[in-house]
Amino acid sequence: MHNSSRRGFMGKAFGAVAGVGVVGSLVAMKKTWDPLPSVKAAGFTTLDMTIYPEGELITEKWRGKPIFVLKKTAEMIASQTESQKKRDVVVGDSHFMIAIGLCTHLGCIPGYNAAEKSFLCACHGGMFNWAGEVTKVPPPRAFDIPPFKIEGNKMILGEAGPEYQAMKDSGITL
Amino acid sequence: MAHFTKATSVKDWLNQRLAVEKVEKVMASEYWIPKNINFLWAMGMVLAITFALLLVSGIFLLMYYQPDVKDAFYSVNYTIMRDVDFGWLWRHVHGVAASVVFLIIYIHMFTGIYYGSYKKGREMIWISGMLLFVTFSAEAFSGYMLPWGQMSYWAGMVITNIFSLGGLHMDGLVEWIRGDYVPAQAFLARFFMLHVLLLPLAIMGLIGLHFAALRLPHVNNQDGEEIDFDAESKKYLAGDKAGSKVMRFANDFMSKDMMVVGIYLIFFFYLVFFQYGFALDPVNFDPADGLKTPAHIYPEWYFLWSYEILRPFSVNIGLMAFGFAQVIFMLLPWLDRSPNAVPASRRGAFAVWFWLLLIDMIVLTAMGKLPPEGMFSTIGLVAALAFIVLWVALPFITMNEKKA
Amino acid sequence: MKNKEPLILVVVVAFTLLTYWLVEPYAHSVMHKHVESENFAYADLPALTKSGDAANGKVLVTGAAACIGCHSITKDGIPAGMDAVTAAGSYGVNPPDLSNAGVIYDAKFLADLIKNPAHALNVAHKFDAAKGQMHPMIAFAGAGGDVDQEVADMVAYLQSIAVKAGELTPKMAFEEACGRCHSMKYENWTQIGTKPEYKFEKESLAYDIKVLEYQEALTKYMGKLPPDLSMYFRSRNEHFLSTFIENPQSQLAGTAMPRVGVTAEAAHKVIEHMADAGDTKRHERESVGKNVMIFIIIFAIFALLWKKQVWRDLH
Repeated sequence: MHNSSRRGFMGKAFGAVAGVGVVGSLVAMKKTWDPLPSVKAAGFTTLDMTIYPEGELITEKWRGKPIFVLKKTAEMIASQTESQKKRDVVVGDSHFMIAIGLCTHLGCIPGYNAAEKSFLCACHGGMFNWAGEVTKVPPPRAFDIPPFKIEGNKMILGEAGPEYQAMKDSGITL
Repeated sequence: MAHFTKATSVKDWLNQRLAVEKVEKVMASEYWIPKNINFLWAMGMVLAITFALLLVSGIFLLMYYQPDVKDAFYSVNYTIMRDVDFGWLWRHVHGVAASVVFLIIYIHMFTGIYYGSYKKGREMIWISGMLLFVTFSAEAFSGYMLPWGQMSYWAGMVITNIFSLGGLHMDGLVEWIRGDYVPAQAFLARFFMLHVLLLPLAIMGLIGLHFAALRLPHVNNQDGEEIDFDAESKKYLAGDKAGSKVMRFANDFMSKDMMVVGIYLIFFFYLVFFQYGFALDPVNFDPADGLKTPAHIYPEWYFLWSYEILRPFSVNIGLMAFGFAQVIFMLLPWLDRSPNAVPASRRGAFAVWFWLLLIDMIVLTAMGKLPPEGMFSTIGLVAALAFIVLWVALPFITMNEKKA
Repeated sequence: MKNKEPLILVVVVAFTLLTYWLVEPYAHSVMHKHVESENFAYADLPALTKSGDAANGKVLVTGAAACIGCHSITKDGIPAGMDAVTAAGSYGVNPPDLSNAGVIYDAKFLADLIKNPAHALNVAHKFDAAKGQMHPMIAFAGAGGDVDQEVADMVAYLQSIAVKAGELTPKMAFEEACGRCHSMKYENWTQIGTKPEYKFEKESLAYDIKVLEYQEALTKYMGKLPPDLSMYFRSRNEHFLSTFIENPQSQLAGTAMPRVGVTAEAAHKVIEHMADAGDTKRHERESVGKNVMIFIIIFAIFALLWKKQVWRDLH
């Protein structure tokens, strides 16, 4: 009796030690799947904001993702609602819609229809207006805005400036 | 050590060491199969043959495929399709078999549902089968990544984004799965590993479990008849082959298996050589481009029904419905409250439920492929709701079922 | 007991076919608009009314101020004024050699092209003379006589020097009609020609740089780099390719790609070359396919006979 319970205890203790080994190796395995430092480091893109034509959607690339840059026309600026103004990015005298060009539903790139000034996602039919707001579900929220910092006429993507921080704090973007 | 005698024959030599005669009896000649079954019972063998085709063709593709984002598309479309002698054959066999295997899986599954082959004593057959379905799905998805065409890339993007779990915003988990912000080299290489090593290992293990789960309860039959396998097999062995209700697996049932396999292969090879477009999507012959989504994105046909359950809802509800669809089949043996292991045609309301479920899933499949606009959106939404309602209603429908 | 197998088979096949029809033919017909082919009739272009005189056409085409200012005609010993990269730098794209233009392009198209390039090419939306956007090919306004007669003469000359229709190979048709904008990597084709085998990496890289320079000019001219066509035979279907070549605007409104104006026969050859690149083993697939089908039917018959024999004792 005494013997067998001790044997039982040693068996469990052995199991516990083996378990520590398993957990340790799982940690190593998890970390092996993490993005590599080189991937994480290559994350900054500088844009010259003076080159964009008005009312035309230009797609830039940042961290492998498309970035929509739309310089707003005078008409768009005049018609902006309060919530659209909060998403507005101003560089010098120009107003821009800057956004990660991926549908916030499941990440397809919505196509821009210049005539209707709206975006349509081919995957699940979500729609956005020219300011980046959702006009038809399933996307749960407006386009995400990439971290940006304005320096004169230049914009650095990947670095959070005060304008971006303000948007993030007020919940305009994630 | 056990006592070994000088062998009288090769068979005897093997018998002493591996008990081959015993194994042969357990696995084949005295593995008793009811006689009252139809060709739907041969789908297991059809699946085994299809899996073998996938394995063999996959081995030859593996020798030339390059899991590198710069070379993958070229290695598939130039090296394998143009350079390697019969490379195109392996690719077509692999692509078509990967698609057709799901057709057979669905037939196999609905056969099980129709005849109640998941009931008391056979739950493990059902569960191991559903686990096989899940691993086959993962295997199909990971394999779809490898040619690194437009559909590979965008399917990879959309499906891995599901892991951000909507409102939970687990972008870190998504990036961890991809090893990058977007599907890129790390993503391709790890899905390659999953496709050629880890998942095939899991599938082979599960196939073993599926077969083992079948051995004690025996296969079901088309009349819901309870058969005394001991008595009937004695009758058979005593020489009354025609009077016994059972037959040997080999060669008796196997000969029928092979007949069905023969007819199946006519269909299969016709698809491989002359009608392969449904399995080798044209869009995937455009190389992956992370800055351009194809005009229409849709998964392969066998994922469409669950994709359509995700689609018509807002993101969080959609994900919940999708999660529901993924696990609900697994719970079938417990959601069906009736003990009757007989064909659906004799189960009243359950028969209606069965055909409604089948039709609903076909509607979901069709809507999953059609563009999500106008009427198609509405039909998709109704079908998705109907799917959920059907499953929620199942316990109530079956609870009061009369003893058949 | 009644044999239910035929009924079960009918049910299984019916549901399978229904699902197939819904997700393949039906869904694709909804997703892609169907464009009807006009059999390369180019009905919107005026018909040729005059019959041309090749000798007079030669004088007009090879006159110092005319076509050969930009185009080469190697057949008649007239070399290109500049190499492909420099030409692309000046015009956006390398002007084609005219040796076989007469057989590749439709006569009506050639005549309209000479008189009004942007119209024939169906790219009028890209060129607005009022904004100073001129098509790089200068319209021919006539050499003093009847313009229509002169154009007919020029077309007749081009037809007279071209190879016979039967001698036009799929490769030639593709390279001359498509190959100055589209590469075809799997056939080793770049926009400036077939890349030669180089012994030294330095020479190979120098060639690649020339290609990149050409592509840079082309990208500026077209708005984006025209895609490589190696796998287009598999990524688009034959009907799409044919109607797209006939009139790109019909499939993709607003595209920068011009109407190329090839004859039906030349279009057929272009597509055949694309099939050679993207579906190289199609003939082998068909012949092997037939043999496999015959074998597998025999296999099924033997399986059936075996089953019958085994089951004779079981009933």
